[in-house]
Amino acid sequence: MKFGTEIVLLSLFAFAALVAAGFGVDEPFRRHMWVLFFAVAGFTAILLRNTEFKPTVPIDPAAYMDGPIRYGAIATVFWGVVGMLVGVVIALQLAYPDLNIQPWFNFGRLRPLHTSGVVFAFGGNALICTSLYVVQRTCRARLFGGDLGWFVFWGYQLFIVMAATGYLLGITESREYAEPEWYVDLWLTIVWVAYLILFLGTILKRKEPHIYVANWFYLAFIVTIAMLHVINNLSMPVSFLGSKSYSAFSGVQDALTQWWYGHNAVGFFLTAGFLGMMYYFVPKQANRPVYSYRLSIIHFWALIFLYIWAGPHHLHYTALPDWAQTLGMVFSIMLWMPSWGGMINGLMTLSGAWDKLRTDPIIRMMVMAIAFYGMSTFEGPMMSIKAVNSLSHYTDWTIGHVHSGALGWVGMISFGAIYFMVPKLWNRDRLYSLRLVNWHFWLATLGIVVYAAVMWVSGVMQGLMWREYNEQGFLVYSFAETVAAMHPYYIMRAIGGAMYLSGALIMAWNIAMTILGYRREEDPMPRSIPALQPVRSGARKWA
Amino acid sequence: MGSEHIDEVSGISTTGHEWDGIKELNNPLPRWWVITFYITIAWAIGYTVVYPAWPMLTSATRGVLGYSSRKDVKNELAAAEVAKGKYVAAIQAKTVSEITADDTLRDFAVAAGGAAFKVNCVQCHGSGAQGSKGFPNLNDDDWLWGGNAEQIQQTIAHGIRFASDPDTRLSEMPAFGDIITTDQIKQVGAYVASLSDPVQDTSLIELGANVFAENCAACHGENAKGNRELGAPDLTDAIWLYGSGETAIAAQVRAPKLGVMPAWIGRLGEIKVKELAVYVHSLGGGE
Repeated sequence: MKFGTEIVLLSLFAFAALVAAGFGVDEPFRRHMWVLFFAVAGFTAILLRNTEFKPTVPIDPAAYMDGPIRYGAIATVFWGVVGMLVGVVIALQLAYPDLNIQPWFNFGRLRPLHTSGVVFAFGGNALICTSLYVVQRTCRARLFGGDLGWFVFWGYQLFIVMAATGYLLGITESREYAEPEWYVDLWLTIVWVAYLILFLGTILKRKEPHIYVANWFYLAFIVTIAMLHVINNLSMPVSFLGSKSYSAFSGVQDALTQWWYGHNAVGFFLTAGFLGMMYYFVPKQANRPVYSYRLSIIHFWALIFLYIWAGPHHLHYTALPDWAQTLGMVFSIMLWMPSWGGMINGLMTLSGAWDKLRTDPIIRMMVMAIAFYGMSTFEGPMMSIKAVNSLSHYTDWTIGHVHSGALGWVGMISFGAIYFMVPKLWNRDRLYSLRLVNWHFWLATLGIVVYAAVMWVSGVMQGLMWREYNEQGFLVYSFAETVAAMHPYYIMRAIGGAMYLSGALIMAWNIAMTILGYRREEDPMPRSIPALQPVRSGARKWA
Repeated sequence: MGSEHIDEVSGISTTGHEWDGIKELNNPLPRWWVITFYITIAWAIGYTVVYPAWPMLTSATRGVLGYSSRKDVKNELAAAEVAKGKYVAAIQAKTVSEITADDTLRDFAVAAGGAAFKVNCVQCHGSGAQGSKGFPNLNDDDWLWGGNAEQIQQTIAHGIRFASDPDTRLSEMPAFGDIITTDQIKQVGAYVASLSDPVQDTSLIELGANVFAENCAACHGENAKGNRELGAPDLTDAIWLYGSGETAIAAQVRAPKLGVMPAWIGRLGEIKVKELAVYVHSLGGGE
């Protein structure tokens, strides 16, 4: 029977959720368990309707397993649109506080929905599906572990649904980028270990003698995130049937643990993971060899070794001891070149293929991603310098920095990878429309430029207003006055975000049409091929 | 890496491996990249010698400069204290009336009070002290509890209806919804509104005046000019804390909203409270 074991296990899981919904000790937990019950029971029902009693067709062990990757590509686009939409909503909430709808849709609950939505739902799905795509092709091996790939995909979606609904219900650990409560954390741990086994198992059964550089980065990302996630979320639940837990750490140790996690979520999730993506999709799309093997080795190990120590720069001028602040800062400065190693290798891979920038909007997107990667990995070390940080910390400058990395680097490189993968995954000879990719590129680029520039200006202004003293030594501005001064910038930020979101919507349309098998009849890009020698036709008016 | 693997476009040899069609060139590390990397490492080592950095068994290296951020803050605060010292001492020694009379001291106190106001008071009274519904405007000359510097100081120090301070200002207007009829409330609402604005139904005013005389005049006075001793507002000046017009006034008569202001003396101390009193007094309505 097809799905037989799955249906039995899922039914038991749904029943456990139902029991937890009945016996939960607090109202949010009971509601959350109802959500879990309906999610799992609904999924079981779908499997039941699709079950068959025909003898199973043996799987060709030489064929790549692309099912979870196809689902993952769709999930990436879907969660990307959702996460970015919530981003635009909370940007508008900051500009117009009346848009806070209590209690489910206030800023406090939507903000983690946005951050987790774009980082873990959009970025996480992009990383999982591309890593599974890349590891199979660069190892010439089918995914390890039978249906493990399906478990990782669906298990991760369940994590996203539980995390997101938990935020809206007001369930939170209040740990930045790690807000889900203990039981969701435990579930993610199971899924993540399965992902590690899936990825590592595929590498171990590879038919290539060497492991390709993209896989080093993906593996570093998977291993380190497992370690970060487990340690940052060590906590004691108040009840095993309740939604509240207390952290194993307290005070400044807790703060440092949280930023060790938070900074390396950026380092290993948003940097190392997406560098893995870059190392496969850029050479493939450009059809050029990687610029330097030696650079890839050196910058990989330097990045991995240095990144993990840089977290304390989030806690400059706090109760954190000075020595830890110093180390956080100097490790961040040393991180500059290892980060740029990735940029050099990405950009220089295009040498010999620069002309494609004119004709291929996907390459253009990838180049823009690498450019923004370079910019934000310069800005980051700079902001970690204590003197700079004393101005930038707690201001919108940080928000601008994060978004030039997230929208510019993470978003653009993922879009490029999706545009590359989807036609191949569904056996289409090309995308529905390359011109729509071009629209997406320009909307996204202009959106980021507006967003980052506006946040930079408003952040510096905010920092200067906070520290402005008059000649008698008294503060010049009240906090409320600094908020009022940022209002126009908040509006412009929302506009920048809306442009980026509209680009993502165009992508969703383009990808959906490609999957459905449509092809838009359109002129090739660019429309006309310029002649090297301008053709002088007709009378020369100035003669 | 044999010379048999050469990339045709660049003429550079590759490493000889290929993964799904991807090859790797054997380019050396860019020189500027290596040099910059070394410079950042050298700088980092130097910085950790100069500043506190390396954790030891029980403490950490202190760095040759002997820098400490706590010491920095302490020194800066001490310097600021010294700079302000003589003014602060004078403010401590003198009464608020004496401070307002002294030009130099008043300027200092207004600046200090203004800064403290931005941090502690704007949340309710607004950044221009303009107030809002339920929170009095501090710029005008309408004072519930008195507008000279000492009275303002007393209000800031001990608050209004702030239960945990024994010296807090107390007044409690009864809920007249339990005492007089709905019609009477309507009448007295019209009468009180008519004192500062024309009302629609003038027939109510006469009746309202009687209700007022029997129930309200004891605190608000025969002429409705209020009584600062009791914190009873002046009802003739068209300044309303909980909204103007007959309906709003009637609602306040039926079940009065009674705002609370915290006592600040415990949190801010005597000097800050004095500075705040001088600042608020200077806003325009001070008496």
